[in-house]
Amino acid sequence: MITLEHIYWLTGLMMAGVSIVNWRDRSNPRRLNNTAFWGIYAVTFLAGTYLPDVVSGFLVIGMVLVASIRGLGQGRGESATREEREASAIRWGNKLFIPALAIPILTVLGTVLFKKITIGGSALVDVKQVTVISLAIATLIALTIGLVMLRAPLSAPIREARRLLDAVGWAAVLPQMLAALGALFAIAGVGNVVSGLAQRWIPLDHPSAVIATYAIGMAVFTMIMGNAFAAFPVMTAGIGLPLIVQKFGGDPTIMSAIGMLSGFCGTLMTPMAANFNIVPTALLELPDENAVIKVQIPTALVLLAANILLMNFLVFRR
Amino acid sequence: MLSLIGILIVVVGFILRINPLLVVTIAGLATGLAGGLGPLEVIAAFGKAFITSRYVAIVWLVLPVIGLLEHAGLKERARTVVGRLQAATTSRVLLAYFAIRQITAALGLTSLGGHAQMVRPLIAPMAEGAAENRYGELPQRTRFRIRANAAAVDNIALFFGEDIFIAIGSILLIRGFLDQNGIHVEPTQLAIWAIPTAICAFVIHCTRLLFLDRKIRNEIAEKAEKT
Repeated sequence: MITLEHIYWLTGLMMAGVSIVNWRDRSNPRRLNNTAFWGIYAVTFLAGTYLPDVVSGFLVIGMVLVASIRGLGQGRGESATREEREASAIRWGNKLFIPALAIPILTVLGTVLFKKITIGGSALVDVKQVTVISLAIATLIALTIGLVMLRAPLSAPIREARRLLDAVGWAAVLPQMLAALGALFAIAGVGNVVSGLAQRWIPLDHPSAVIATYAIGMAVFTMIMGNAFAAFPVMTAGIGLPLIVQKFGGDPTIMSAIGMLSGFCGTLMTPMAANFNIVPTALLELPDENAVIKVQIPTALVLLAANILLMNFLVFRR
Repeated sequence: MLSLIGILIVVVGFILRINPLLVVTIAGLATGLAGGLGPLEVIAAFGKAFITSRYVAIVWLVLPVIGLLEHAGLKERARTVVGRLQAATTSRVLLAYFAIRQITAALGLTSLGGHAQMVRPLIAPMAEGAAENRYGELPQRTRFRIRANAAAVDNIALFFGEDIFIAIGSILLIRGFLDQNGIHVEPTQLAIWAIPTAICAFVIHCTRLLFLDRKIRNEIAEKAEKT
């Protein structure tokens, strides 16, 4: 059976490759920092499952120190000039879209089909992780198509991956780091403290005030945690269920559905949701790392207000 | 109260623009210590959480093939294709992507998008190409504005589309949490009540997108006046 572990090995191999390409690239003044950063990251993928937690912890701290003391560098940017790329684009035409579109299409196909394929009674892939595994397999197929079609050398993909990954830099690891921070917040009981504070300081004797507190609380707490999934249980147990549902007789289904979406408004406004808000600025080479958040804030605020109104209208109607 | 120290560190760190990896690590370690863990226990807890969150990074596996195609001119091709469509403007390209992304996400096809595999190689170059087609070479500021908008469309359409699909993580989480509290709800009911917000999101963001073309035109006119 193909499990997540195999995909981690693949990711580890890619990171190791990126590390080696960096080591050999003398055009990057900080090449040793990059080599160490991606090298340690590779180890967490290849061996992370088997290492003692403390060792993993020190590896992570090592990565952070490498990235923050003197920082990571970048080799000489693009591997082809704009003219070369334009000539190549004319040569290959729309065929270039085939591998690119194969990734999402094959991923979707995989999520549907892999659930049904069994070999000798056991599933071909781990069904719980089917989306992620499908993405990885789709990527491999797309890469094969690309290599054959373009007749590119086998070393090209890893050199290109290095170029893109170094352009993203430390931001590539930030989402994972924030997920780890969320876990520590949970261990330390941060959520209960915050909902306790909200209950103590906010006037909660009118239904509209409670609804506004719940929806805004979901958004703000999501901004702090970077994830609506972490905010939902805390806010719903602290304010939603005891007040909106039990005290004022609101509908728990409607409250939860709109409450979660109020949290998503918060996700649009926070750098803590790094994979949605910070990583794209790195990927799109934007100088302002808050550029995406700035575009999203007006929509998020208007939509949050809309959610509060919707919940007011809908939650008490049965 | 002491356990809130992590939040404080994160806020101050982001404001002072200290390397976020360092800020988040220190916040995590401080939170753990404030929560009563020993120094080595904190490091172990952090390491364990980092290792169990590795699935977040699997999306980087698309980089080799995306890089290879970019090297062969994928972005340039995406620009050319849009340039041939006379009716294409930045607003219209992004509106079309918003609609496709939200509808497919609502059908559970959340992987038909994403920043590394769709926005960087295809959507952003197409949105830029539509503007270039009209105005020629774009000022940096406008180019960056278009790219940031392309990323925002991917996020907003995904967030407020996926919740209409009954088997998505957030719906399962809501259902599990309410079950624990003795309230049984149907996933279809949760999905139905996500629709009003989804419609609002579509109306609000698409209205804003309609003004993007005008903003681009103004920025270019401003640039022309200066020179």
